[in-house]
Amino acid sequence: MGGTAQSEWCAMASSSPIATAESNRARKASTRPLIAIRSVDKIYPNGTEAIRGFSLEIPGTPQFLSLLGPSGCGKSTLLRMIAGLESCSGGEIQWPAAEYEGQERPTAEIGFVFQDATLMPWANVFDNVFLPLRLKRQSRAAAHDRIMDLLAQVNLEKFAKSYPRELSGGMRMRVSIARALVTRPKVLLMDEPFAALDEITRLRLNNDLLNLWETQKLTVVFVTHSVYESVFLSDRIVVLASHPGRLMADLTIAAPYPRTEEYRTSNLYNDHCREVSAWLHKAMAAGGQEAV
Amino acid sequence: MTGDNSRSPRTGIPKPSSGAQVLSALANAAPYIFGVAFLAAWEIAVRVNNIPPYLLPSPINIVTTLYSDFFKLLPNLLVTVRITVEAFLVAAVGGLLLGMLFTSSRWIERSLFPYAVIMQVTPIVAIAPLIIIWAKDTELALLICAWLVAFFPVVSNAAVGLNSADRNLVDLFKLYGANKFQTLMLLRLPGAMPYYLAGLRIAGGLALIGAVVAEFVAGTGGAKSGLAYRILETGYRLEIPRMFAALVLISATGIAIFFILSIFSRFMLRHWHESAQR
Repeated sequence: MGGTAQSEWCAMASSSPIATAESNRARKASTRPLIAIRSVDKIYPNGTEAIRGFSLEIPGTPQFLSLLGPSGCGKSTLLRMIAGLESCSGGEIQWPAAEYEGQERPTAEIGFVFQDATLMPWANVFDNVFLPLRLKRQSRAAAHDRIMDLLAQVNLEKFAKSYPRELSGGMRMRVSIARALVTRPKVLLMDEPFAALDEITRLRLNNDLLNLWETQKLTVVFVTHSVYESVFLSDRIVVLASHPGRLMADLTIAAPYPRTEEYRTSNLYNDHCREVSAWLHKAMAAGGQEAV
Repeated sequence: MTGDNSRSPRTGIPKPSSGAQVLSALANAAPYIFGVAFLAAWEIAVRVNNIPPYLLPSPINIVTTLYSDFFKLLPNLLVTVRITVEAFLVAAVGGLLLGMLFTSSRWIERSLFPYAVIMQVTPIVAIAPLIIIWAKDTELALLICAWLVAFFPVVSNAAVGLNSADRNLVDLFKLYGANKFQTLMLLRLPGAMPYYLAGLRIAGGLALIGAVVAEFVAGTGGAKSGLAYRILETGYRLEIPRMFAALVLISATGIAIFFILSIFSRFMLRHWHESAQR
């Protein structure tokens, strides 16, 4: 399935001015991908087929990749499989870059942000961000500067001693992002992190996330069902069809970074949104869902 | 009584009008008003009907007896309190350890939990005589009885709490390669605290009940006897005011245990749990 969808996309690409333009961050430098997903299947014990024959390569050069699709297309499952939180029923997910050879999954290289902030309510902000390093047996003193630096980057340096219940939803999500970045991961996996937030907070966090992404030089895999969010953030959007989840299109968003409010109101942004929406509708039709 | 002034700024609800303030002050005072009215009615009924103290002593009579006999009852009170506290501590520590054992393995939980339930549902009065026969000395027997009653709410609450860790947090620990011990100490135990502390509050009262019931069955006399023995003794001698005085002391002990444990629970959860925010 994945193969046919990709060739369909290639045919489409030649006629699309948006997608043919190569992003300046595109996958060229590294010969070996950071993550190689090879014809992965996921079938749940109850027989539900969540993902069928999904293949994707994520390069070592920093990329902002969005997984976009209707609900039930298995995008969250795929993210959890990349993180090693779910097993593959078929196919495999490899980390082929040389330094991980012989290692199944380099846990230190992954940061994960859930849909909820998922903080420990009994621990203050500092201790929540410290958790991944604490689990690696690093001392609090050694981690102190790194944590305070990250908290400054997410504008929470004054809240290090606050408890999660004293923070707003957006602030909690910032803590969650700081925690995911504290181990200096190569790839940040984000599972619809802003879906539960209000529009204003969401737009602001989008800007902040892009700033972080550019300064930290990492790859982000961002699961979302929002066309607008994915077009604003990503330089690459992978559209999935549902029932079962499979690759529909692999799109490049050729708009320069840093992206600002100006980009959000530009014709280029609108064109990209139209393009991606069309693909999303196709994906929904392919999954037997009615386009909205 | 602290209600309105402290609550309204925090919740952001506008302060109520003076009429509503009076009403809410009345609502706070209601239990005290009822208590005083009840005692007054009791006192009047005893005096008007000339009820002899060996049938029903008046509240004032009980209070004066409590005052005059306090140092006679104190050693008995200390015995009961000591057994209660010891049984409670063993239940608190043992219950938590057993709860951890249950959550560490489904097999252990399946094998042992039904027996914990059986021990809980068998009335302690019914098995206390056996325990008193089997145990070497009376104090140990009393301790076992009180512990038997107190430990179940601790085990079951600890087990539920340890199993209630946030699924995403469990995943996060897995993602960072946390071992079982780290997951227990940094995630499951702190998350189980609200459940565990609620179990402790129940266990505190039950330990006292277990100790008193066991004392009734054991019925030992002398300096090592607890308040329950005093109640039995005063019953035989028709010293009913002193019996009431002993009863008041038992109730006061139960109330004190509950308050101490509530304050402890609130202190432990002050930063994060909803139950400690009021």
